[in-house]
Amino acid sequence: MRKLYHFNGGVHPPQHKSESTRHPIIKPPLPEKLVIPLHQHIGNTAKPVVSKGERVLKGQKIGRAEGYVSSAIHAPTSGTILSIEQEPVPHPSGLRDLCISLEPDGMEEWIELQPVDYLNTDPSTLRNRLRDAGVVGLGGAVFPSFIKLNPSNRKIRTLVLNGAECEPYITCDDMLMRQRAAEIVEGAKIMRHMLQADEILLGIEDNKPEAIAAMKAASGDEMEVVAVPTIYPGGGAKQLIRVLTGIEVPAGERSTDLGVQCFNVATAASVYRAVRYGEPLISRIVTIAGNVANPGNYEALIGTMIDHLILQAGKNEEENVAIMGGPMMGFDLPSVRVPLVKATNCIIVKSEKLFPKRPAPMPCIRCGRCAESCPADLQPQELYWFSKAGNFGKAQEYALFDCIECGCCSYVCPSSIPLVQFYRYAKSEIWAQEREKKASDLARIRHDFRIERIEREKREKAERLAQKSAKAGSEQE
Amino acid sequence: MLDAILVMSGLALFLGSVLGYASIRFHVQGNALVEKIDAILPQTQCAQCGFPGCRPYAEAIAEGRADINQCPPGGEANIHKLADLLGVEFKPLNAEHGEPKPKSLAFIDESTCIGCTLCIQACPVDAISGAPKQMHTIIASECTGCELCVAPCPVDCISMVPVAENISNWKWKRPSYLEQDAA
Ligand code: SF4
Ligand code: SF4
Ligand code: SF4
Ligand code: SF4
Repeated sequence: MRKLYHFNGGVHPPQHKSESTRHPIIKPPLPEKLVIPLHQHIGNTAKPVVSKGERVLKGQKIGRAEGYVSSAIHAPTSGTILSIEQEPVPHPSGLRDLCISLEPDGMEEWIELQPVDYLNTDPSTLRNRLRDAGVVGLGGAVFPSFIKLNPSNRKIRTLVLNGAECEPYITCDDMLMRQRAAEIVEGAKIMRHMLQADEILLGIEDNKPEAIAAMKAASGDEMEVVAVPTIYPGGGAKQLIRVLTGIEVPAGERSTDLGVQCFNVATAASVYRAVRYGEPLISRIVTIAGNVANPGNYEALIGTMIDHLILQAGKNEEENVAIMGGPMMGFDLPSVRVPLVKATNCIIVKSEKLFPKRPAPMPCIRCGRCAESCPADLQPQELYWFSKAGNFGKAQEYALFDCIECGCCSYVCPSSIPLVQFYRYAKSEIWAQEREKKASDLARIRHDFRIERIEREKREKAERLAQKSAKAGSEQE
Repeated sequence: MLDAILVMSGLALFLGSVLGYASIRFHVQGNALVEKIDAILPQTQCAQCGFPGCRPYAEAIAEGRADINQCPPGGEANIHKLADLLGVEFKPLNAEHGEPKPKSLAFIDESTCIGCTLCIQACPVDAISGAPKQMHTIIASECTGCELCVAPCPVDCISMVPVAENISNWKWKRPSYLEQDAA
């Protein structure tokens, strides 16, 4: 038995996981229209490479990665490009973003797929393949995977696979592990090869015995499947690394500096499909749960309308209010008439019964329960205080950016203060200030440059004039 | 005639040396306080403060020739920062210098532009590209929104367009609830 470590804090919210694991993953029928956002990952928006009216094949690249930190976007099925326009996207702002709309033709006609034999391919070629295949982290962070698979000069000793799935309601990784364990193992082997890692550890919370059994059966000697205690947020990357290896990743450092890299299990499976079959990331498994007749996991094409999926799950109502992600870290969707994206791991349809209105916030009584629950060892009440007062510098001194927005503090707060909302607010204000600072620094440089140029030109003109008149003067004499 | 040329060239030499001196002074005199003030100013370079740019205004503040509440683009937030830096009382923006406005970018109607280059000459940060007699374009990432290019345009083809909220500049709002939490 492996010795397990533990992290401070954490909470035990009601799990609500059994409802959506009663039947296997369902493939919903092909929708009439897909709306595919070009920005579904951390980094630069992909650039459209198709035009309106064009026929595309299933898996054809429709947006190419732009710059280093970016990822490609593909047609999830064959059909005709309807438009390339600003459309509503699943974002807390309710704003629009550039999307490609596609009308499926029902033929499901694939591009010619090019499998790769990874053992005889160098890691850099494999990374390009993953970038081109649009493979990004499916745990919700959607960071381009090829970047995390570039160890540079660091020695990666341990590859940690994250199958903890600690957040209530979400079961997409659970079902994937139960049904497609072999794909995850194969994907992990490719990742291990790319990172030249020594070992693979897969952490699964012990509330998922079926997944643990399936993964153990599939992994042979390739990796160690470890049941970890069920405590939220045990699936946070830092928390899982801590539990499995005892390594504590200090503030401002990355786990790779300490020889550990961590990926979600669904990401491993899509790495496998991209390499072994040449299939780009065009679908994902999403849990549809909450106030629906038939909660479950759906393997949906990227770009499927979320209200269409809610309908599949047996909820036929005009005004559905839903959370994207889990109840702890997710956000309320301003509308359910938005497409499923690579980051959509879960949709929870709300009801008054499941999500009663939070009582009105009361003053902070300095009870310290938030600090006890914080898995990042922060002082949430202080962070709240400074964020609320707009004192962002102080909030940063108290390590605001180490906050993983897990919501434990808000969950335990007896005064029902929406603490995390204050941290999100403070973080986005700080980012905005940094953007403004950058812009004004650029303006200063350009202004100084212009002044110097004008002065130089004037000086040169004056000198030329003087020379000319001196010459004219001497000629006259 | 000859006299006129001599006067002109004398003047030119004199001006040249003044400018040369100015550029030396500009580098040498960058004292620390001016730098700190300039770092707070928004660098819009719009001259609404009554000085030909942010740095001259910073110098004037440092030398006590100007008050801290003359920069509309910086708004009250910047006046607070200046007051903190200089250890003086905050005072509201002096309305004589204008009101703060939402950030805008200049937009040139390219079908109307006659390529006169007057806007290029007015832009303090070289954010307009284009050659004589060709239509001109604003480089959006470099435009500070100072509006200095609007007035010189003889065909009124430049307008200021407010920067719209989009996914990349969107910010989480401060939670609003009845604050009993006065403490
Ligand atoms: S849990 Fe709530 S009331 Fe208690 S100290 Fe933290 S913020 Fe204050
Ligand atoms: S949301 Fe942030 S401050 Fe609150 S418990 Fe989680 S990590 Fe700590
Ligand atoms: S008013 Fe304009 S020129 Fe003056 S300091 Fe403010 S931004 Fe700079
Ligand atoms: S383009 Fe116009 S508004 Fe923008 S910085 Fe230049 S002069 Fe100012």
